[in-house]
Amino acid sequence: MAAAQASQGRRLGRLERSAITGVLVREVVNFSSYWRSATFSSTVEPTIYLLAFGFGFGSLVSRVGGYDYVEFVGTGTVATAVLFSSAFPAMFGTFVKYQFQHTYDAILAAPVDTEELVTAEALWIATRAGVYGCVPMLVAMVFGLDPAWGMLAVPFIGWIAGFGWACFGIGVAGFAKSIENFSYIVSAVLTPLFLVAGTFFPISQLPDWAQMLAELNPLYHTVELVRHAAFGWEGWTDVARVAFLAVFGVLMWRIAIRAMVRKLVD
Amino acid sequence: MADLAIRLRRVVKRYGVITAVAGLDLDVPEGTCVGLLGPNGAGKSTTMRLLTAQAIADEGELEVLGFRLPQESKEARALCGVVPQLDNLDVTLTVEQNLLVFSHLYRIGRADRRRAIERALEMAKLVDRRDTRVDKLSGGMRRRLLIARALVHRPRLVLLDEPTVGLDPQVRQELWALIDALRNEGTTILMSTHYIEEAQRLADTVLIMSHGEAVASGPPTELVRKHAGAEALEVYGGPGRLAEVEAQAGAAGLRTRRTGTSVAILGVGGANGYAPDGERRPANLEDVFVLLTGEEIG
Repeated sequence: MAAAQASQGRRLGRLERSAITGVLVREVVNFSSYWRSATFSSTVEPTIYLLAFGFGFGSLVSRVGGYDYVEFVGTGTVATAVLFSSAFPAMFGTFVKYQFQHTYDAILAAPVDTEELVTAEALWIATRAGVYGCVPMLVAMVFGLDPAWGMLAVPFIGWIAGFGWACFGIGVAGFAKSIENFSYIVSAVLTPLFLVAGTFFPISQLPDWAQMLAELNPLYHTVELVRHAAFGWEGWTDVARVAFLAVFGVLMWRIAIRAMVRKLVD
Repeated sequence: MADLAIRLRRVVKRYGVITAVAGLDLDVPEGTCVGLLGPNGAGKSTTMRLLTAQAIADEGELEVLGFRLPQESKEARALCGVVPQLDNLDVTLTVEQNLLVFSHLYRIGRADRRRAIERALEMAKLVDRRDTRVDKLSGGMRRRLLIARALVHRPRLVLLDEPTVGLDPQVRQELWALIDALRNEGTTILMSTHYIEEAQRLADTVLIMSHGEAVASGPPTELVRKHAGAEALEVYGGPGRLAEVEAQAGAAGLRTRRTGTSVAILGVGGANGYAPDGERRPANLEDVFVLLTGEEIG
């Protein structure tokens, strides 16, 4: 009877576009109420790094790795901006929406599954990261970085890296028991990765083992890709770096989904 | 027999060593309002979460609008509206923006979106508050918006989890009017509550839960007649007097319950029974509730 009628109806699949759109609409509408503060923190912070290192260090060393130091840092801090506007909002935003605002309870009561929720949130954060990631590069242009056609690829590089970091942040929030636990991740994972990414100094200065480890650092590949976008591509090496970021993204995506299912579904 | 909007059979949900739902059977026929009544911790909220697959049952069968849970829960959720116990509105958005977001989450087509939002605003009497930010609304308005948000897609089944908890009597009455209007439109409602008056006023059928199980179910008046009889006698007095009355009534084969300030002796209809001085009143659902779920909350 009821069961028979219902089973004739259309079965809804996984990762439906309408579910993802619904969650994205929520984010976009919410963004209209906090875009000022989000834009401020995502752009001012890397700009300060750029100016501090660019002029502070730049007065000591004029050229690094074959580039003007401002050019070197201006392209390197793109990765920093991407990280700051993806991993951090993902960690804190996810935790707040889950723990304090109970937003996810409302969304999961609608025809949206956790997988779709996580995917939509990551897509949204990745898009923001792609846009905000360009800011340091634009600021560096004011200080003498020459525009190049390859730079048009930078939002895409920021997007793909931002997707992985967004999923990383969502996953951390999913596993964390309290918001204080984020300090462990920030101190033990993000800060070291951030420092050995070739942002402020070339990793060729580092011992061999650290250089090997840097090859596993998504932030390092982001830095390299942005520099090559600005100063000239390196063919298959860069393709491999994009592939690395894609694998990082997919892996983090699945981990984030698993973490959030555990957290949201009893 | 009418189709069932909700059908639960022997449903069990455990959290570690705690069994929150312990073999629950629940039928909600289409077009009726069923009240889940029980003390805090009886398993009402867990039951609600099971119905949206935000909790997955360990045992038993669950069907919502003919869809089997948890496999087909998304299909069921598309046709349900859920009013949560905890306010989870987006507080920095306006009333209208909150409804707009949910019109997307519930997949209302572009052509119908405007009209659906207007209708929800009207139902919740928030038309002139459409541009107000949620954090500027009163508690009662927020609650009405929370209900309107669940109705924006004209759901066939509405799940209300403690819809009036923590609200003052005026606001509660407003919400009852809103829920009653919904009921009169023929929407099926499952409502959990621990307010007896709420269940008595709104529910066609009440299911009393205790320790994760259904201990009784039926229309409120029938439950009262069956479990508490026609009349109760309230005897007031000091603690000593109350204990004495309890003992005497017990000896006479009558059931009693404490109300805090008095002892209520139930089933005092017969002329020959034990009848000390006191106030006679019709038996009510609260008598049934306390009798069946125990005087103390464990």
